[in-house]
Amino acid sequence: MEFFDTIVAILESTIRVSVPLIFAALAGLFTERAGVFDIGLEGKMLGAAFAAGAVAAVTGSVLTGLMAAILISVLLSLVHGYASITQRGSQIVSGVAINFIVAGSTVILGEAWFRQGGRTPALDADARFQTVTFPFADAVKDVPIFGPIYSNLISGHFILTYVAFLLVPFSWWVLYRTRFGLRLRAVGENPGAVDTAGISVIWLRYRAVICCGILCGFAGAYLSLAMSAGFVKGMTAGKGYIALAALIFAKWRPVNIMMACLLFGFLDALAIRLQGNPLPFIGQVPVQLMQALPYILTVILLAGFIGKAIPPKAGGVPYVKER
Amino acid sequence: MSDMAIELRGIDKSFGLVHANKNINLTVRKGTIHGIIGENGAGKSTLMSILYGFYQADSGDILVGGNKVTIKDPNAAILSGIGMVHQHFMLVENFTVLENVMLGAEDSQILNTSISKARVELKRLEKEYALEVNPDALIEELPVGLQQRVEILKALYRKADILILDEPTGVLTPPEADHLFRILGQLKDQGKTIIFITHKLREIMAITDEVSVMRRGEMVATRKTKDTSVEELAELMVGRRVLLRVDKGEANPGAVKLAVENLTVRDSRGVTMVDNVSFTLRAGEIVGIAGVAGNGQSELLEAISGIRKAVSGTVLLNGRPIDVTGHADPGDLRSRGLAHVPEDRHHVGLVLKFDEAENGILGYHNDKRYLNGVFLDTKAIQADAEEKIRKYDIRPPNPRLKTANFSGGNQQKIVLAREMERGPDVLIIGQPTRGVDVGAIEFIHKRIIEMRDQGKAVLLVSVELDEIRALSDRIIVMFAGRVVGEREPDATEGELGLLMAGVEGRKEAAE
Repeated sequence: MEFFDTIVAILESTIRVSVPLIFAALAGLFTERAGVFDIGLEGKMLGAAFAAGAVAAVTGSVLTGLMAAILISVLLSLVHGYASITQRGSQIVSGVAINFIVAGSTVILGEAWFRQGGRTPALDADARFQTVTFPFADAVKDVPIFGPIYSNLISGHFILTYVAFLLVPFSWWVLYRTRFGLRLRAVGENPGAVDTAGISVIWLRYRAVICCGILCGFAGAYLSLAMSAGFVKGMTAGKGYIALAALIFAKWRPVNIMMACLLFGFLDALAIRLQGNPLPFIGQVPVQLMQALPYILTVILLAGFIGKAIPPKAGGVPYVKER
Repeated sequence: MSDMAIELRGIDKSFGLVHANKNINLTVRKGTIHGIIGENGAGKSTLMSILYGFYQADSGDILVGGNKVTIKDPNAAILSGIGMVHQHFMLVENFTVLENVMLGAEDSQILNTSISKARVELKRLEKEYALEVNPDALIEELPVGLQQRVEILKALYRKADILILDEPTGVLTPPEADHLFRILGQLKDQGKTIIFITHKLREIMAITDEVSVMRRGEMVATRKTKDTSVEELAELMVGRRVLLRVDKGEANPGAVKLAVENLTVRDSRGVTMVDNVSFTLRAGEIVGIAGVAGNGQSELLEAISGIRKAVSGTVLLNGRPIDVTGHADPGDLRSRGLAHVPEDRHHVGLVLKFDEAENGILGYHNDKRYLNGVFLDTKAIQADAEEKIRKYDIRPPNPRLKTANFSGGNQQKIVLAREMERGPDVLIIGQPTRGVDVGAIEFIHKRIIEMRDQGKAVLLVSVELDEIRALSDRIIVMFAGRVVGEREPDATEGELGLLMAGVEGRKEAAE
């Protein structure tokens, strides 16, 4: 039974750490499927986390914090959009620039406004997300097997956690079952086809970039308003890059993205659990190895061992009417 | 009601310094196939892009069905009843036919309802115009001819009455092109107006009712197709009389320059592409290798020029062996007097992102006259490029221009200038005039014959039988990797055709 409890505990933390990955990877899905590569997921998430933490600390309202996160993230997305869609600059350079600017400016602004070494003040319960307890969660807690699964795994998460998981089928529906999705996927494969069909390539790509901003806003708000009680400098800690790896690992497909994020989240949760707990026969597993696994898996995938990951054909290439 | 489908009045368009369209007037009658012919770079595509709303004209009016319209984007063109089939298909390869057809013309936010409507409409169009294609097939799985059909269906789905086809046969095999012509005839019978852009005279004569000729951005003439001739159109296109036949004197063969013996080459899959081929090439003669594409000619060229390893056989260049089965080095072969104009100039002959001057020294860049110590001597390279531009009439005459921005004929001239100006003993040329316009073809043919008359040995590979017959002093026919016959240039087309099809060859081998 103790083993079972351990498993449930690991899965519970898997879900907890997967949520920002799912938000961010879905964000990347929207832009990259539209042909705009986005290495700046990390920066947008970090900027959103800071905005959420700062605004929630000042206003004491969790919703205002969330709105601020989305606003900042969308603005950063528009910067990326302006550089790479309108000005046809390098999408990689623009993304990296956003990551650096945000990493620096959040610390500077945080220190200037709150004088707590780049942190935002710790949030009260009202100013952060609370966990949701499903009906009968407490009642069934002690039922064997089902009890812990229901009360710990299914119930007891933040509202944003449920939003993240509902966004997976929703994103699928948008991409594959709506006109917007059809056009968005088309513009990532052959923008010429979209242009000659009488649709604006630029406006379509901007809309995709805005979708990305909104979702990164959720990811950031989750970090500072749900997972922690406030912003800590560099709190994304590479999650944006892991999300990017998950996006590639999932071959740019929504349901696969959820699976990949859960896998990477599981590795993360396992790494935390294994810290200081040597495994039988194997001994101590280095934490660094576990942390590197998502990247190692992605590289193996890219090398072609687990099928081929074919990116959207027009990805990374600014659209220029042929002359 | 006007019987004019389209009227263009005084259309003018410049891109920077390039005056692409100069005061163009054009009238296209309803229910006709109207050809627009001109050399590459004459401004045909620009004019059609203006009509389809890709670019805006600097000045001038567009009238559709007698009414003046403003076409500010492709959407406006579609609404005016104009549809376009682009030279490079505007299709999403991993979408189905149906998704491609409805893209941009979906009638609701949710796809399901649009899809079922589109399916019904597509079925109706397929029936009405006899353009069958499986609506659920992925584009990338369809042959090129069918992909083009999807492009036509896309236009019809948007209720186009006027169809513009930009160089539609460039990507098609001859039977596919014939099929396209039948489809276009049918569309015309159903009252559609078709604007057909090409630089191939044969196609204009075959299917158009009227033809307009463009030259260097100007509309120089419009003729009824039945009242004109290939010769007249060629002259109008180029601006002077064009020799569609090549004048050449007797060959004066000298010593053997290249001797190929029992050469066998396999491709990357291990299939034997060149099978025990032997022939000789003498100074002062042109030997043409005829054959349907894919019968080993490409591999033969690659093996001789040191790009592809042969399995067995020997090749002697000026009496000295080339290590064709080992490490033949193309650079070394160049210094020994073998120049190679590859079949595929885009992938092998040129670096398209380099400028003209840089491409002009590729492969010869270690030559002392381009070097200044360990550095490139840019002045010498520039001067060299300017001389070649003058001598080969490369246009535009700008050595700093990226090679990708030259037309096909001028790109080919850049490659030819590089290889010919070295005065090689042996010149190997693959497909010298593929994708090259009439004026440049004449020039290139003349240069090849000049090389011969200077005593060079020329090996010519072409899938254009006319070209082989016009230039060669001897013709070798390849079929399935083997030499199936050798003929004089006065052999009839029928005789050569049978050899190329492998019919006569087998008989000969048996005798």
